[in-house]
Amino acid sequence: MMETEYQHPLMTAYWAQIDTHFKPVEAVFEDVMAEALAILTRDGINAYLEAARVIGKLGRGVEPMLAFLEEWPSAANALGEDALPEIMVVIHRMQKSPNSKAITPFLQTLAPVARRLHSQERMRDYFDITLDFMVRTTGSIHGHHTTFPSPGLPHFFAQAPFLLSQLSLMGLKNWVEYGIRNYSGHPERQTDYFTVQSADSRAVLQRERHGTLFMDVERKLDLYLRGLWQASEQLVPYSTAFDELRRPVPYFDKLGMRIPDVYDDAVDGEIHISGLDRYRATLAHMVGHRRWTTPLIADNWSPFQRMAVEFFEDSRVETLLCREYPGLKRIFLALHPRPLENACDPETTSCLRHRMAMLSRALLDPEHGYRDADLLTYVERFHALMAEGESNTPDIATLALSYVTKTRRQSDQYAKVHFDDTVVDYRDDNRQMWLFIEESDDEEMFEKEKKRTPSEEHTGLPPRHYPEWDYKSLTYRPDWVSVYEGLHPKGNPTDIDRLLEKHSALAKRLKRILDLLKPQDKVRIRYQEEGSELDLDVAIRSLIDFKGGANPDPRINMSHRTDGRDIAVMLLLDLSESLNEKAVGSEQTILELSQEAVTLLAWAVEQLGDAFAIAGFHSNTRHDVRYLHIKGYGERWGDDAKARLAAMQAAYSTRMGAAMRHAAHYLAARPADKKLMLVLTDGQPSDIDTHDEHLLIEDARRAVQELDRDGIFTYCISLDPKADDYVSNIFGRQYTVIDNIQRLPEKLPELFLALTK
Amino acid sequence: MTTDKDQYKVHAEPYYQAQGKEVQLYEAAYRNRLPVMVKGPTGCGKSRFVEYMAWKLNKPLITVACNEDMTASDLVGRYLLEANGTRWLDGPLTVAARIGAICYLDEIVEARQDTTVVIHPLTDHRRTLPLDKKGELINAHPDFQLVISYNPGYQSLMKDLKQSTKQRFTAFDFDYPDAALEATILAKETGLDEAIASKLVKIGQTARNLKGHGLDEGISTRLLVYAATLIKDGVDPLDACRMALVRPITDDADIRETLDHAIDATFS
Repeated sequence: MMETEYQHPLMTAYWAQIDTHFKPVEAVFEDVMAEALAILTRDGINAYLEAARVIGKLGRGVEPMLAFLEEWPSAANALGEDALPEIMVVIHRMQKSPNSKAITPFLQTLAPVARRLHSQERMRDYFDITLDFMVRTTGSIHGHHTTFPSPGLPHFFAQAPFLLSQLSLMGLKNWVEYGIRNYSGHPERQTDYFTVQSADSRAVLQRERHGTLFMDVERKLDLYLRGLWQASEQLVPYSTAFDELRRPVPYFDKLGMRIPDVYDDAVDGEIHISGLDRYRATLAHMVGHRRWTTPLIADNWSPFQRMAVEFFEDSRVETLLCREYPGLKRIFLALHPRPLENACDPETTSCLRHRMAMLSRALLDPEHGYRDADLLTYVERFHALMAEGESNTPDIATLALSYVTKTRRQSDQYAKVHFDDTVVDYRDDNRQMWLFIEESDDEEMFEKEKKRTPSEEHTGLPPRHYPEWDYKSLTYRPDWVSVYEGLHPKGNPTDIDRLLEKHSALAKRLKRILDLLKPQDKVRIRYQEEGSELDLDVAIRSLIDFKGGANPDPRINMSHRTDGRDIAVMLLLDLSESLNEKAVGSEQTILELSQEAVTLLAWAVEQLGDAFAIAGFHSNTRHDVRYLHIKGYGERWGDDAKARLAAMQAAYSTRMGAAMRHAAHYLAARPADKKLMLVLTDGQPSDIDTHDEHLLIEDARRAVQELDRDGIFTYCISLDPKADDYVSNIFGRQYTVIDNIQRLPEKLPELFLALTK
Repeated sequence: MTTDKDQYKVHAEPYYQAQGKEVQLYEAAYRNRLPVMVKGPTGCGKSRFVEYMAWKLNKPLITVACNEDMTASDLVGRYLLEANGTRWLDGPLTVAARIGAICYLDEIVEARQDTTVVIHPLTDHRRTLPLDKKGELINAHPDFQLVISYNPGYQSLMKDLKQSTKQRFTAFDFDYPDAALEATILAKETGLDEAIASKLVKIGQTARNLKGHGLDEGISTRLLVYAATLIKDGVDPLDACRMALVRPITDDADIRETLDHAIDATFS
């Protein structure tokens, strides 16, 4: 024990109790104890010091102890003192694992997290999430057991207060779960994810946020604008999640109305305003400005004057809005802050904002209860002005300026500004109200024109992003797969003609079946009271009934109905590397056999006249799925399409789900009655960046379900003799396994004909 | 059908509020026995107008609601089988031509095109109706007039009048009345206070703004009258509006919520 100068014997006793030699602790000890003594009970103090002592002896330096001493009193205030043992358990478990480095960030964010969660039960859930996280990301790479600390955990603790401000505990759990599942084997990416740097981290965060998300209510808001206000403004959301320093404010300009991407519900005493109603209030306010506000020239007015004019004009616009829809008043009143009359001290603080907010409240709320004489006079003058009609911006500006002059105080110039309860968050920033003739230097300039640099030349189409189904969490991974599409390179079309000649006997046989299948255009409908022709059989029977004295059947006519064949077909070819293998018992590769089969099928479909497209796909990780058009719907089965088929090549892997979704978006656009997607593949879905072999199978299965929902019938022709294990998982009963690949050229067209008969 | 004229007469004066010169114009058309077509969205007062004119001119009115299963013989007439032979029965159009009534074919586009052509000889200078099955040619009574109504709004490509039919008629274009007039109509029709009536009209217009954005038709004057009737009967205005204005016209949750909000914002 060093010679401390603690005068108070009690303080000396405390210092002895935590039993430490850390200098930095000594420097702050008196201050933290002062806070602790104010908050904790006597037992609590003892437990506090004992816990600090234990943490100090962990051998992790001074940092964890300092963090604990500083954070605990505040955390205890939120949670209750008896939460301490549980925290010590968590610390103990981190200490026993390789993650002891995470103890400091854990303790450092303890107080804000506790304040946010505010109950021991919820805190316990938070601990469960973190401990689960720790266990599952602590590395056992190459068989070393729990040797590597979890790369994401310290970052997670650092982000926890922010995350909890955006997410519910359930949302946090999902967000963490996603990160663990996708990045547990990749330390750098895991770090990116848990520092909320990577794109999908933000995307998942966005998805899990609490409150009313713009994307969920976008249509309702469009309808609201159109229905109630006859406006069809473009709505553009901005993100509120990542801009902590400067909160963006709603505004509108020529390009549309900018509104936040999420609104939490607001509660004002008894009144509960839903996020949707907050959006509506924001939009109504902007609509009001658009209708009734005319821009003013701002150059000769000070920022204070402009602020006053804005407050008055906002109130005028809201008065007019409430005239149109009286029910809006309830929402505005609940969202408008209620500044207390004596909240601001004009001797020390600039009270202009406070005065204006009070006035604004008073203009909106007849039961404001303020007693300031000037305020009451101006409320009266405002109402008198509005009683005459709609008034206008210049008149209201005159009133505002006179109010500012009348109530001006020296202290308005002070740097310390009273901000509490003065921000009306559904109002926009009024940028459209001002015209600046000269560039000013006291106001940031909005919408500076940016020079556009010509972007570099694009080659090919931009990628399309598709989600991928994650069966473990039962969620989609947003925009997970990038699909690039393009035309397949061309080869020599005569190769395909030669293949047709080779199978001419088979083609002849097919032709006979095709002729039978050709659509019969007319179908008879019998038993019609009114029809185009007399149905003799029925007419005679009726007559006999009639002559016999029975009641005759008057339905003696028949008519015709056209019954065309209206099918759109998409043939999706798996062009993965494995196609280059030789088929069992054959000199040809699977690729060549597929080529022959597709040739015959294309010929057959052309004969029938069905809409038909062919495309191939392969993938090289989720970032590069290639989708190659061989024949389009608008194209004839001519030399171009044949040339592309002739050049068919196989490489890379099989990410089936994304390719099917992409093909489906073409097929879905067809107007046909029946839509058929044939998938010709030789193996199970797989890709080199996916280690869980079930993942892509489940994704493909999900894709089949999506297609089914869109009215597309999917059918798989598998060339993998061992396919039975998984193919029924994906396609249900809609598949055929062709064991004898040599017979593929005749099987494929036959199968198609059987399917569409 | 019987030929008793009186049963087709409109006895009490229907309430009709003219929006323009349509009453005088109709009278002129009737004086010259020109066929009339009334167009306009559902529930804007087409049938009420025809009824009112029949009353004003003191002529019998025979109304036929057209549907897609209707055949030419449903209009003209048919042979019925009886135990000892057949008997001819006049259809409504034939009756009207015989007794000199105003024949009103409501929602004519619903009928098939081969049905609509039977009215052609009645609508030009000939004013005759050939009953080819019966072998009779009816010369229309001098008081006979043909009126059709149709709603150009909701029909599909498949359902439109042929040019040869359209060009046989003079036409009135009806639309929902403007706000003040519509409020007066609600007040007159139901005895509701004008202030509440104009709030109802405001909600009606909200929905009309959404036409084409998820709504096929806006809220009609007829529905507004229903709502006004309910309110007059003592139903809470919010409930009355939801029941009579919103629930009938849409199953789309987003639209329903928007209109419900409009109701809340208007009544409070």
